[in-house]
Amino acid sequence: MPDQPSLRARANAPDESNLPAPEPLQTPAQTVGPFFGYALPYAGGPAVRAAWQPDAIRLHGTVFDGAGDPIPDAIVEIWGPDAAGRPSTERGVLERDQHGFSGFGRAAVDRDGRFAFTTIKPGATREGLAPYLLVTVFARGVLHHLFTRAYFDDEAAANGTDPLLSTIDPARRHTLVAESDGPASYRFDIRLQGEGETVFLDFAVLDHGDEGRREGMQR
Amino acid sequence: MPRPAPQPEQTQPDATQPGETQPGETQQGISAEIAALHRAAQEAAASGAPVPAHPPRDFPPYRSTQLRHPTRELVRADPEEIELVSPAFGHTDVAAEEADLTIQHTGEPLGERIILTGRVLDGEGRPVRNQLVEIWQANASGRYVHKRDQHPAPLDPNFTGVGRIITGDDGSYRLTTIKPGAYPWKNHRNAWRPAHIHFSFFGSAFTQRLVTQMYFPGDPLFALDPIYQSITDQRARDRLVATYDHDVSEPEWALGYRWDVVLTGPRSTWMEPEDADHA
Repeated sequence: MPDQPSLRARANAPDESNLPAPEPLQTPAQTVGPFFGYALPYAGGPAVRAAWQPDAIRLHGTVFDGAGDPIPDAIVEIWGPDAAGRPSTERGVLERDQHGFSGFGRAAVDRDGRFAFTTIKPGATREGLAPYLLVTVFARGVLHHLFTRAYFDDEAAANGTDPLLSTIDPARRHTLVAESDGPASYRFDIRLQGEGETVFLDFAVLDHGDEGRREGMQR
Repeated sequence: MPRPAPQPEQTQPDATQPGETQPGETQQGISAEIAALHRAAQEAAASGAPVPAHPPRDFPPYRSTQLRHPTRELVRADPEEIELVSPAFGHTDVAAEEADLTIQHTGEPLGERIILTGRVLDGEGRPVRNQLVEIWQANASGRYVHKRDQHPAPLDPNFTGVGRIITGDDGSYRLTTIKPGAYPWKNHRNAWRPAHIHFSFFGSAFTQRLVTQMYFPGDPLFALDPIYQSITDQRARDRLVATYDHDVSEPEWALGYRWDVVLTGPRSTWMEPEDADHA
Protein backbone atom coordinates (compact mmCIF):
# COMPACT_ATOMS: atom_id res chain seq x y z
CA MET A 1 0.00 0.00 0.00
CA PRO A 2 1.53 3.32 -0.96
CA ASP A 3 2.21 5.68 1.90
CA GLN A 4 -0.35 8.38 2.29
CA PRO A 5 1.23 11.80 2.21
CA SER A 6 1.39 13.08 5.74
CA LEU A 7 -0.87 16.00 6.40
CA ARG A 8 1.06 16.98 9.48
CA ALA A 9 1.43 20.71 9.81
CA ARG A 10 5.04 21.80 9.81
CA ALA A 11 4.53 25.37 10.93
CA ASN A 12 6.45 24.85 14.15
CA ALA A 13 9.24 22.74 12.82
CA PRO A 14 12.53 24.23 11.83
CA ASP A 15 13.40 23.96 8.15
CA GLU A 16 15.00 20.54 7.90
CA SER A 17 14.54 20.02 4.20
CA ASN A 18 18.25 20.00 3.38
CA LEU A 19 19.47 18.36 6.56
CA PRO A 20 19.93 14.73 7.45
CA ALA A 21 17.48 13.32 9.95
CA PRO A 22 18.20 15.12 13.20
CA GLU A 23 19.45 13.16 16.16
CA PRO A 24 17.01 13.19 19.03
CA LEU A 25 17.52 16.26 21.17
CA GLN A 26 16.62 16.62 24.81
CA THR A 27 13.13 17.90 25.57
CA PRO A 28 13.49 20.91 27.87
CA ALA A 29 12.22 20.92 31.44
CA GLN A 30 9.60 23.30 32.83
CA THR A 31 8.49 23.93 36.38
CA VAL A 32 6.03 21.55 38.02
CA GLY A 33 4.05 24.71 38.84
CA PRO A 34 1.81 25.24 41.87
CA PHE A 35 -1.11 23.05 40.87
CA PHE A 36 0.21 19.47 40.94
CA GLY A 37 -1.42 18.66 44.26
CA TYR A 38 -4.43 16.86 42.80
CA ALA A 39 -2.34 15.01 40.22
CA LEU A 40 1.07 13.79 41.31
CA PRO A 41 0.59 12.61 44.91
CA TYR A 42 -0.86 9.11 45.16
CA ALA A 43 -2.01 6.94 48.02
CA GLY A 44 0.96 5.21 49.51
CA GLY A 45 3.45 7.49 47.76
CA PRO A 46 5.32 8.38 50.95
CA ALA A 47 5.18 4.78 52.27
CA VAL A 48 7.89 3.07 50.27
CA ARG A 49 7.99 0.55 53.13
CA ALA A 50 4.99 0.10 55.40
CA ALA A 51 5.66 1.81 58.73
CA TRP A 52 4.81 -1.37 60.67
CA GLN A 53 7.56 -3.39 58.99
CA PRO A 54 10.42 -4.00 61.42
CA ASP A 55 12.99 -2.63 58.97
CA ALA A 56 11.09 0.59 58.21
CA ILE A 57 12.92 3.87 58.70
CA ARG A 58 11.58 7.39 58.52
CA LEU A 59 13.23 9.99 56.33
CA HIS A 60 11.76 13.40 56.86
CA GLY A 61 12.65 17.05 56.52
CA THR A 62 11.63 20.51 55.40
CA VAL A 63 12.21 22.26 52.09
CA PHE A 64 13.40 25.87 52.55
CA ASP A 65 13.80 28.78 50.16
CA GLY A 66 16.58 31.37 50.05
CA ALA A 67 14.92 33.50 52.72
CA GLY A 68 14.92 30.54 55.09
CA ASP A 69 11.16 30.15 54.77
CA PRO A 70 9.58 26.73 54.29
CA ILE A 71 8.26 26.11 50.78
CA PRO A 72 4.62 24.95 50.92
CA ASP A 73 4.42 23.76 47.31
CA ALA A 74 7.32 21.42 46.69
CA ILE A 75 7.15 17.73 45.91
CA VAL A 76 9.97 15.33 46.73
CA GLU A 77 10.81 11.92 45.30
CA ILE A 78 13.17 9.31 46.67
CA TRP A 79 14.63 6.34 44.84
CA GLY A 80 16.92 3.77 46.36
CA PRO A 81 17.94 0.12 46.42
CA ASP A 82 16.94 -2.47 48.97
CA ALA A 83 18.89 -3.30 52.11
CA ALA A 84 21.25 -5.48 50.08
CA GLY A 85 21.95 -2.65 47.63
CA ARG A 86 19.85 -4.06 44.81
CA PRO A 87 17.47 -1.80 42.84
CA SER A 88 13.97 -3.29 42.95
CA THR A 89 12.70 -4.82 39.76
CA GLU A 90 9.31 -5.76 41.20
CA ARG A 91 6.64 -4.58 38.80
CA GLY A 92 4.00 -2.33 40.22
CA VAL A 93 5.42 0.77 41.82
CA LEU A 94 2.25 2.77 42.35
CA GLU A 95 -0.21 0.04 43.29
CA ARG A 96 1.40 -2.30 45.75
CA ASP A 97 0.60 -4.25 48.83
CA GLN A 98 2.27 -3.53 52.13
CA HIS A 99 4.72 -6.39 51.92
CA GLY A 100 6.79 -5.46 48.92
CA PHE A 101 9.40 -2.83 48.32
CA SER A 102 9.76 -0.81 45.14
CA GLY A 103 12.33 1.74 46.22
CA PHE A 104 10.40 4.69 44.78
CA GLY A 105 8.50 7.21 46.86
CA ARG A 106 6.82 10.54 46.30
CA ALA A 107 5.64 13.02 48.92
CA ALA A 108 4.20 16.51 48.53
CA VAL A 109 5.25 18.82 51.35
CA ASP A 110 2.66 20.14 53.78
CA ARG A 111 1.89 23.81 54.45
CA ASP A 112 5.01 24.00 56.60
CA GLY A 113 7.22 22.60 53.87
CA ARG A 114 7.59 19.24 55.58
CA PHE A 115 7.80 15.84 53.92
CA ALA A 116 8.12 12.38 55.44
CA PHE A 117 8.77 8.97 53.93
CA THR A 118 8.92 5.54 55.41
CA THR A 119 11.32 3.30 53.57
CA ILE A 120 14.12 0.90 54.35
CA LYS A 121 17.69 1.90 54.89
CA PRO A 122 19.37 1.15 51.57
CA GLY A 123 22.46 -0.92 51.13
CA ALA A 124 25.41 0.27 49.05
CA THR A 125 25.05 -0.72 45.40
CA ARG A 126 28.73 -1.61 45.15
CA GLU A 127 31.87 -2.06 47.21
CA GLY A 128 33.36 1.24 48.26
CA LEU A 129 30.16 3.27 48.15
CA ALA A 130 28.27 4.57 51.13
CA PRO A 131 24.53 3.85 51.12
CA TYR A 132 22.27 6.69 50.06
CA LEU A 133 18.88 7.56 48.61
CA LEU A 134 18.59 9.64 45.46
CA VAL A 135 16.37 12.65 46.23
CA THR A 136 14.64 14.74 43.55
CA VAL A 137 12.98 18.08 44.32
CA PHE A 138 10.30 19.80 42.23
CA ALA A 139 8.54 23.07 43.06
CA ARG A 140 6.89 26.14 41.66
CA GLY A 141 9.76 28.48 40.81
CA VAL A 142 12.11 25.55 40.16
CA LEU A 143 12.36 25.47 36.37
CA HIS A 144 14.32 22.22 36.26
CA HIS A 145 14.15 19.68 39.05
CA LEU A 146 17.07 19.30 41.45
CA PHE A 147 18.85 16.06 42.31
CA THR A 148 20.65 15.44 45.57
CA ARG A 149 21.58 12.41 47.68
CA ALA A 150 20.67 11.59 51.26
CA TYR A 151 23.52 9.69 52.94
CA PHE A 152 23.19 8.56 56.57
CA ASP A 153 25.12 9.94 59.53
CA ASP A 154 25.49 6.55 61.20
CA GLU A 155 27.63 5.34 58.27
CA ALA A 156 30.61 7.50 59.12
CA ALA A 157 33.25 5.02 57.96
CA ALA A 158 31.63 4.39 54.58
CA ASN A 159 30.80 8.07 54.16
CA GLY A 160 34.44 8.95 54.73
CA THR A 161 35.57 7.02 51.68
CA ASP A 162 32.54 7.42 49.40
CA PRO A 163 33.81 8.61 46.01
CA LEU A 164 31.33 11.47 45.83
CA LEU A 165 30.81 12.47 49.44
CA SER A 166 34.51 12.52 50.27
CA THR A 167 35.17 14.99 47.43
CA ILE A 168 32.55 17.53 48.57
CA ASP A 169 33.73 20.68 50.31
CA PRO A 170 33.76 19.65 54.00
CA ALA A 171 31.85 22.80 54.90
CA ARG A 172 28.95 21.71 52.72
CA ARG A 173 29.15 17.92 53.07
CA HIS A 174 26.66 17.79 55.93
CA THR A 175 23.90 18.98 53.58
CA LEU A 176 24.06 15.54 51.92
CA VAL A 177 23.84 13.59 55.16
CA ALA A 178 20.56 12.70 56.86
CA GLU A 179 20.86 13.13 60.59
CA SER A 180 19.66 10.47 62.98
CA ASP A 181 17.03 12.11 65.21
CA GLY A 182 15.36 9.18 66.92
CA PRO A 183 14.92 5.45 66.66
CA ALA A 184 14.98 4.55 62.95
CA SER A 185 14.39 8.18 62.03
CA TYR A 186 16.54 10.50 59.94
CA ARG A 187 16.15 14.18 59.24
CA PHE A 188 17.08 15.53 55.82
CA ASP A 189 16.31 19.20 55.27
CA ILE A 190 16.62 20.64 51.78
CA ARG A 191 17.72 24.26 51.35
CA LEU A 192 17.32 25.49 47.80
CA GLN A 193 19.38 28.62 48.29
CA GLY A 194 21.47 30.61 50.71
CA GLU A 195 23.04 29.68 54.00
CA GLY A 196 23.43 25.94 54.27
CA GLU A 197 22.38 25.54 50.63
CA THR A 198 22.04 21.85 49.82
CA VAL A 199 24.63 20.39 47.48
CA PHE A 200 22.72 19.57 44.30
CA LEU A 201 24.08 17.15 41.77
CA ASP A 202 24.46 17.19 38.01
CA PHE A 203 24.59 13.74 36.45
CA ALA A 204 24.55 15.25 33.04
CA VAL A 205 26.51 13.80 30.25
CA LEU A 206 23.93 14.55 27.63
CA ASP A 207 21.60 16.28 30.03
CA HIS A 208 22.09 19.67 28.48
CA GLY A 209 21.21 18.38 25.06
CA ASP A 210 23.81 20.49 23.35
CA GLU A 211 22.70 21.09 19.81
CA GLY A 212 24.77 19.03 17.48
CA ARG A 213 27.32 18.19 20.14
CA ARG A 214 27.49 14.47 20.67
CA GLU A 215 30.85 13.87 22.29
CA GLY A 216 30.79 12.83 25.89
CA MET A 217 28.20 10.18 25.22
CA GLN A 218 28.48 7.14 27.37
CA ARG A 219 27.68 4.64 24.73
CA MET B 1 -14.11 4.58 38.00
CA PRO B 2 -15.86 7.96 37.97
CA ARG B 3 -14.23 10.49 40.20
CA PRO B 4 -16.33 12.81 42.36
CA ALA B 5 -17.22 16.07 40.67
CA PRO B 6 -14.58 18.72 41.28
CA GLN B 7 -15.47 21.00 44.17
CA PRO B 8 -14.11 24.50 44.56
CA GLU B 9 -12.25 24.83 47.82
CA GLN B 10 -12.36 28.16 49.56
CA THR B 11 -9.02 29.54 50.60
CA GLN B 12 -7.64 33.01 50.99
CA PRO B 13 -5.89 34.44 47.98
CA ASP B 14 -2.22 33.89 48.48
CA ALA B 15 -1.00 37.38 47.73
CA THR B 16 2.02 37.26 49.97
CA GLN B 17 3.87 34.45 48.23
CA PRO B 18 7.38 35.70 47.72
CA GLY B 19 7.98 36.61 44.14
CA GLU B 20 4.44 35.90 43.08
CA THR B 21 2.71 39.24 43.25
CA GLN B 22 4.58 42.31 42.15
CA PRO B 23 1.87 44.91 41.61
CA GLY B 24 2.72 47.46 39.01
CA GLU B 25 5.23 45.37 37.11
CA THR B 26 4.33 45.53 33.48
CA GLN B 27 4.46 43.03 30.68
CA GLN B 28 6.71 45.48 28.89
CA GLY B 29 9.23 45.32 31.73
CA ILE B 30 9.11 41.54 31.90
CA SER B 31 9.46 41.26 28.12
CA ALA B 32 12.50 43.56 28.18
CA GLU B 33 14.13 41.38 30.84
CA ILE B 34 13.43 38.27 28.76
CA ALA B 35 14.90 39.90 25.64
CA ALA B 36 18.07 40.87 27.49
CA LEU B 37 18.55 37.34 28.84
CA HIS B 38 17.98 35.85 25.39
CA ARG B 39 20.53 38.23 23.88
CA ALA B 40 23.06 37.20 26.51
CA ALA B 41 22.41 33.52 25.77
CA GLN B 42 22.81 34.10 22.03
CA GLU B 43 26.10 35.89 22.59
CA ALA B 44 27.33 33.02 24.75
CA ALA B 45 26.34 30.54 22.05
CA ALA B 46 28.07 32.64 19.38
CA SER B 47 31.28 32.48 21.37
CA GLY B 48 31.10 28.69 21.41
CA ALA B 49 29.39 27.93 24.72
CA PRO B 50 27.13 24.87 24.67
CA VAL B 51 23.49 25.65 23.94
CA PRO B 52 21.48 24.35 26.85
CA ALA B 53 18.18 22.60 26.23
CA HIS B 54 16.95 23.19 29.76
CA PRO B 55 16.06 26.56 31.21
CA PRO B 56 18.49 28.15 33.65
CA ARG B 57 17.17 27.76 37.18
CA ASP B 58 17.90 31.43 37.81
CA PHE B 59 15.57 33.24 35.42
CA PRO B 60 14.54 36.54 37.06
CA PRO B 61 11.56 37.37 34.79
CA TYR B 62 9.88 34.31 36.33
CA ARG B 63 9.77 35.90 39.76
CA SER B 64 9.29 32.70 41.74
CA THR B 65 12.79 31.56 40.77
CA GLN B 66 14.34 34.36 42.84
CA LEU B 67 14.50 32.54 46.16
CA ARG B 68 14.30 29.03 44.76
CA HIS B 69 17.37 28.59 42.60
CA PRO B 70 20.67 27.30 43.98
CA THR B 71 23.40 29.91 43.94
CA ARG B 72 26.20 27.35 44.12
CA GLU B 73 27.22 25.49 41.03
CA LEU B 74 25.80 22.00 40.85
CA VAL B 75 28.34 19.30 41.68
CA ARG B 76 29.12 16.93 38.82
CA ALA B 77 28.54 13.38 39.96
CA ASP B 78 29.12 10.06 38.27
CA PRO B 79 25.83 8.21 38.28
CA GLU B 80 25.88 4.95 40.21
CA GLU B 81 23.75 1.91 39.49
CA ILE B 82 20.67 3.26 41.27
CA GLU B 83 20.74 6.42 39.16
CA LEU B 84 21.14 4.42 35.94
CA VAL B 85 17.93 2.46 36.39
CA SER B 86 14.33 3.53 36.97
CA PRO B 87 11.41 2.31 39.04
CA ALA B 88 9.72 -0.72 37.52
CA PHE B 89 6.39 0.76 36.58
CA GLY B 90 4.03 -1.67 34.98
CA HIS B 91 0.68 -1.85 33.31
CA THR B 92 -0.87 -2.92 36.61
CA ASP B 93 -0.08 0.53 38.00
CA VAL B 94 -2.42 2.36 35.68
CA ALA B 95 -5.94 1.58 34.52
CA ALA B 96 -6.50 1.90 30.77
CA GLU B 97 -9.27 4.47 31.35
CA GLU B 98 -6.79 6.85 32.94
CA ALA B 99 -5.52 7.75 29.46
CA ASP B 100 -8.91 9.30 28.63
CA LEU B 101 -9.56 12.42 30.68
CA THR B 102 -13.00 12.85 29.13
CA ILE B 103 -14.56 9.74 30.66
CA GLN B 104 -13.77 10.24 34.33
CA HIS B 105 -17.19 11.59 35.23
CA THR B 106 -20.77 10.84 34.36
CA GLY B 107 -21.03 13.55 31.71
CA GLU B 108 -18.90 14.90 28.89
CA PRO B 109 -16.54 17.73 29.77
CA LEU B 110 -16.92 21.06 27.98
CA GLY B 111 -14.32 22.18 25.49
CA GLU B 112 -12.46 21.05 22.44
CA ARG B 113 -11.82 17.29 22.56
CA ILE B 114 -8.27 16.40 21.51
CA ILE B 115 -6.16 13.30 21.01
CA LEU B 116 -2.56 13.71 22.01
CA THR B 117 -0.05 11.10 20.98
CA GLY B 118 3.66 10.68 20.54
CA ARG B 119 6.68 8.64 21.50
CA VAL B 120 9.11 8.85 24.37
CA LEU B 121 12.64 8.20 23.12
CA ASP B 122 16.13 8.22 24.56
CA GLY B 123 18.99 10.24 23.14
CA GLU B 124 19.76 7.55 20.61
CA GLY B 125 16.22 7.29 19.37
CA ARG B 126 15.36 4.09 21.22
CA PRO B 127 11.88 3.84 22.71
CA VAL B 128 11.48 4.35 26.44
CA ARG B 129 9.23 1.37 27.05
CA ASN B 130 6.82 0.61 29.87
CA GLN B 131 7.42 3.85 31.68
CA LEU B 132 4.97 6.06 33.49
CA VAL B 133 3.63 9.25 31.88
CA GLU B 134 1.51 11.53 34.06
CA ILE B 135 -0.39 14.65 32.95
CA TRP B 136 -2.38 17.35 34.64
CA GLN B 137 -4.00 20.46 33.21
CA ALA B 138 -6.58 23.22 33.51
CA ASN B 139 -10.03 22.76 32.03
CA ALA B 140 -11.26 24.47 28.86
CA SER B 141 -11.91 27.66 30.83
CA GLY B 142 -8.40 27.80 32.21
CA ARG B 143 -9.28 26.62 35.71
CA TYR B 144 -7.42 23.95 37.67
CA VAL B 145 -9.09 21.68 40.18
CA HIS B 146 -6.76 22.93 42.85
CA LYS B 147 -7.59 24.79 46.00
CA ARG B 148 -4.96 27.43 45.36
CA ASP B 149 -6.22 28.27 41.88
CA GLN B 150 -8.09 31.54 42.40
CA HIS B 151 -8.91 32.22 38.77
CA PRO B 152 -12.62 33.13 38.69
CA ALA B 153 -13.37 30.82 35.77
CA PRO B 154 -15.84 27.97 36.07
CA LEU B 155 -14.91 24.51 37.21
CA ASP B 156 -16.30 21.78 34.99
CA PRO B 157 -18.09 19.10 37.01
CA ASN B 158 -17.12 16.61 34.30
CA PHE B 159 -13.43 17.37 34.11
CA THR B 160 -10.69 16.79 36.65
CA GLY B 161 -7.71 17.13 34.35
CA VAL B 162 -5.49 14.28 35.55
CA GLY B 163 -4.33 11.35 33.41
CA ARG B 164 -1.74 8.58 33.42
CA ILE B 165 -0.50 6.05 30.92
CA ILE B 166 2.33 3.52 30.63
CA THR B 167 4.30 3.80 27.38
CA GLY B 168 4.05 0.94 24.91
CA ASP B 169 6.87 -1.18 23.55
CA ASP B 170 7.51 1.48 20.92
CA GLY B 171 7.63 4.21 23.59
CA SER B 172 4.27 5.55 22.47
CA TYR B 173 1.55 7.14 24.52
CA ARG B 174 -1.95 8.22 23.49
CA LEU B 175 -4.22 10.41 25.56
CA THR B 176 -7.68 11.85 25.02
CA THR B 177 -8.45 15.10 26.76
CA ILE B 178 -9.79 18.64 26.37
CA LYS B 179 -7.71 21.51 25.10
CA PRO B 180 -6.94 23.57 28.20
CA GLY B 181 -7.58 27.29 28.35
CA ALA B 182 -5.03 30.02 29.04
CA TYR B 183 -5.14 31.36 32.57
CA PRO B 184 -3.95 34.39 34.48
CA TRP B 185 -1.24 34.29 37.12
CA LYS B 186 0.41 36.80 39.37
CA ASN B 187 3.97 37.00 38.09
CA HIS B 188 3.27 40.55 36.96
CA ARG B 189 0.28 42.67 36.00
CA ASN B 190 -1.89 41.05 33.31
CA ALA B 191 0.26 37.92 33.16
CA TRP B 192 -1.32 34.99 31.28
CA ARG B 193 0.08 31.51 30.77
CA PRO B 194 -0.24 30.06 27.28
CA ALA B 195 -2.44 26.97 27.19
CA HIS B 196 -0.36 24.00 28.31
CA ILE B 197 -0.49 20.48 29.67
CA HIS B 198 1.89 19.46 32.44
CA PHE B 199 3.77 16.21 31.78
CA SER B 200 5.90 14.01 34.02
CA PHE B 201 8.17 11.35 32.49
CA PHE B 202 10.45 8.61 33.77
CA GLY B 203 13.26 7.47 31.50
CA SER B 204 15.16 4.23 31.41
CA ALA B 205 17.42 5.78 34.04
CA PHE B 206 16.38 7.98 36.93
CA THR B 207 18.83 10.64 35.70
CA GLN B 208 16.48 11.07 32.71
CA ARG B 209 13.54 12.12 34.90
CA LEU B 210 11.67 14.99 33.30
CA VAL B 211 8.81 17.23 34.34
CA THR B 212 7.79 19.72 31.68
CA GLN B 213 4.89 21.42 29.94
CA MET B 214 3.53 20.86 26.44
CA TYR B 215 2.14 23.80 24.49
CA PHE B 216 -0.12 24.22 21.46
CA PRO B 217 1.03 25.62 18.13
CA GLY B 218 0.58 29.27 17.31
CA ASP B 219 -0.24 30.51 20.80
CA PRO B 220 -0.10 34.32 20.86
CA LEU B 221 1.05 34.25 24.50
CA PHE B 222 4.36 32.48 23.79
CA ALA B 223 6.39 35.66 23.44
CA LEU B 224 5.02 37.07 26.70
CA ASP B 225 5.41 34.08 29.01
CA PRO B 226 8.51 34.04 31.23
CA ILE B 227 8.15 30.32 31.95
CA TYR B 228 8.11 29.28 28.28
CA GLN B 229 10.74 31.90 27.47
CA SER B 230 12.99 30.69 30.29
CA ILE B 231 14.31 28.27 27.67
CA THR B 232 16.69 30.63 25.95
CA ASP B 233 17.12 28.69 22.70
CA GLN B 234 14.31 29.00 20.16
CA ARG B 235 14.85 25.50 18.77
CA ALA B 236 14.65 24.06 22.27
CA ARG B 237 11.47 26.03 22.96
CA ASP B 238 9.97 24.66 19.75
CA ARG B 239 10.43 21.16 21.13
CA LEU B 240 7.75 21.84 23.75
CA VAL B 241 5.14 22.70 21.13
CA ALA B 242 2.95 19.89 19.85
CA THR B 243 2.25 19.63 16.13
CA TYR B 244 -1.26 19.54 14.76
CA ASP B 245 -1.49 16.19 12.96
CA HIS B 246 -4.49 15.60 10.76
CA ASP B 247 -3.59 11.91 10.60
CA VAL B 248 -4.27 11.74 14.35
CA SER B 249 -7.55 13.66 14.20
CA GLU B 250 -10.62 11.46 14.16
CA PRO B 251 -13.61 12.36 11.97
CA GLU B 252 -16.60 13.72 13.84
CA TRP B 253 -14.75 13.24 17.10
CA ALA B 254 -11.50 14.96 18.01
CA LEU B 255 -8.54 16.99 16.75
CA GLY B 256 -5.14 15.31 16.88
CA TYR B 257 -1.79 16.55 18.11
CA ARG B 258 1.56 14.83 18.08
CA TRP B 259 4.37 15.47 20.53
CA ASP B 260 7.50 13.37 20.79
CA VAL B 261 9.71 13.57 23.84
CA VAL B 262 13.42 12.85 24.17
CA LEU B 263 15.02 11.94 27.48
CA THR B 264 18.79 11.99 27.12
CA GLY B 265 21.35 11.54 29.82
CA PRO B 266 23.38 8.69 31.21
CA ARG B 267 21.72 5.34 31.42
CA SER B 268 22.77 1.84 32.16
CA THR B 269 24.74 0.08 29.48
CA TRP B 270 23.06 -3.09 30.65
CA MET B 271 19.93 -3.61 28.58
CA GLU B 272 16.93 -5.53 29.75
CA PRO B 273 16.23 -8.61 27.68
CA GLU B 274 13.58 -7.81 25.11
CA ASP B 275 10.94 -9.93 26.78
CA ALA B 276 11.66 -9.01 30.38
CA ASP B 277 8.81 -6.53 30.51
CA HIS B 278 6.28 -9.16 29.64
CA ALA B 279 7.20 -11.55 32.41
